[in-house]
Amino acid sequence: MTAIRRQSAASNVSLERRAWNIRRKALLMGEVQGQGYIGQALGVADVLAAAFFHVLEYRAEDPEWEGRDRFLLSIGHYAIALYAALMEAGILPEDELETYGMDDSRMPMSGMASYTPGMEITGGSLGHGLGIAVGMALGLKRKNNPAFVFNLMSDGELGEGSTWEAVMSGVQYKLDNLVCLVDFNDQQADGKTTAALARGREEDKWAAFGWHTQRVDGNDLKAVVAAFEAACKSDHPGPRVIIFDTTMCKGIKFLEEREITHFVRVEADEWAKALTVLEEEKPQ
Amino acid sequence: MTLASMKRKYEPRKVQLGPDGERVATSAMIASLAAEGYDTVAAPFGHALLEMAKKDEKIVGLSADLSKYTDLYVFAQAMPDRFYQMGMAEQVLMSAAAGLAREGFNPFATTYAVFASRRAYDFIAMAIAEEKLPVKICCALPGLTTGYGPSHQATEDLAIFRGLPNMTVIDPCDADDIMGMVPQIAAHDGPVYTRLPRGKVPSVLRQYKPDYQFQLGKAQIIKDGKDVLVVSTGFMTMRALDAAKKLADDNVDVAVLHVPTIKPLDTETILAEARKGGRLVVTAENHTVVGGLGEAVARTLLTEGVTPGFKMIGLPDEFLEAGALPTLHDMYGLSVEKVVQSIKGWL
Repeated sequence: MTAIRRQSAASNVSLERRAWNIRRKALLMGEVQGQGYIGQALGVADVLAAAFFHVLEYRAEDPEWEGRDRFLLSIGHYAIALYAALMEAGILPEDELETYGMDDSRMPMSGMASYTPGMEITGGSLGHGLGIAVGMALGLKRKNNPAFVFNLMSDGELGEGSTWEAVMSGVQYKLDNLVCLVDFNDQQADGKTTAALARGREEDKWAAFGWHTQRVDGNDLKAVVAAFEAACKSDHPGPRVIIFDTTMCKGIKFLEEREITHFVRVEADEWAKALTVLEEEKPQ
Repeated sequence: MTLASMKRKYEPRKVQLGPDGERVATSAMIASLAAEGYDTVAAPFGHALLEMAKKDEKIVGLSADLSKYTDLYVFAQAMPDRFYQMGMAEQVLMSAAAGLAREGFNPFATTYAVFASRRAYDFIAMAIAEEKLPVKICCALPGLTTGYGPSHQATEDLAIFRGLPNMTVIDPCDADDIMGMVPQIAAHDGPVYTRLPRGKVPSVLRQYKPDYQFQLGKAQIIKDGKDVLVVSTGFMTMRALDAAKKLADDNVDVAVLHVPTIKPLDTETILAEARKGGRLVVTAENHTVVGGLGEAVARTLLTEGVTPGFKMIGLPDEFLEAGALPTLHDMYGLSVEKVVQSIKGWL
């Protein structure tokens, strides 16, 4: 892959606006259900904008196209964020937005491969994505397919032993077509991730295993784009990881300042308020 | 730890000799199960897979440091570029197999049955079965086939995988079953869990039924009989056939219905045989009596209102002892003698 050969990158819509659109769609879905992992969705929106509108090769009209870069969502609960990105990318029709989480919807609360175009794997049971990504990266190499496999996982998954099995396996097979994206928002169900298992310097751990490693501000779009490019263009003979430090609820100040938990509580009237706040920040 | 086991732990022991004064030692994990009087085939799984792989370039093999002890080495040595050594990492073994299947390959993943069913279960469930991916999980040391103790005795694997939607579950008896099974599971477009007799594997079924062919999803009568119907799977079919010979000496005529595919169960054949009245139905499996073939057959009969006399031969709901395999098979009722004794006792 050479970054920025993307059809998606040819658009004249700015990445800032893409990220804003993703945040807006996620909030609209949250409003429909009155709940959702909105803190994570707002936090990871910049990473998804860069991925889907600067990095990934795909065909919106053919989500199973063999030449596509594979984008795996290991964290099923981030589905609301990925649905927003898939809609923005034209892979999911925007007029299904209001079905989010409803009976018979193609957008269930937790991401599943058999429900949603563009959803490569079934996430939710954490620590699965990277191992599957290893297998897909091996498969692509067998087929001489130059596509990349991106696995989006959370910092909490750094506590799963299976993640580290996959980390070692990626190095063993020199998977230079594998890019792991870690959303480090330091928040898991019972509190801070850094107060649980991810206490050490995560980037040093990955580097010690032999990964091309970067750690950047995941809400600084320029830094995110630069990191993606460095990861994809590097001649490192092995897998790559980008750890993105992100802020839960990024972009909605009154939510950012709330006591942040894994499942951010948003009152019924606050969805509209959040959308109003977002509207004031609308980029070109 | 219970007080009883504490007490036992501190009791001094003496050497115990077998009936002919021989030392009876714990069998190694690689012990083959070849019984006397049967020819054996070396590594039937490995050779059958290699033959299939020559025809189907989508077949790849993966193992978690157990290619030697699952007979996958035959394939791995002949086709090293199609073999993935995943190291002692069963979770990524299953996840990576899922990923390869997603990319259009036909992965055969091998380890021991305990590790697949216990350690890697979530990965088999969510990455493979939920997606109905055609990963073939082939596992050595099924049930009580090692005297090594509970760490290596997969006594509940069939129950675990029977409970998993989309799974096809197989317990082959012998080399004929394995060699017939490999091409059929390779062609099956969905996940498969199969137990794997490995090493020198006896050839049993064709000795009784020369035209025997494994058929995925089918139960087959290997030997007919009018007094008892044994419904068996895995190597217990071999034990049932051997027991039937001995019981014939006592004028007990035993039929043996071999059920290598535990799921989906061939309920049609089982019901048809059980409906032939007047026969005691005995299930026999190398597995705990909880959740295996026996309970599957019982459910089939009861829900259809077929209620012959019904007994189960299987392992108890316990963590089993370590020791020599023949001793353990005797202790837990899987030896030919014990099968004979049980059936006689029930008649």
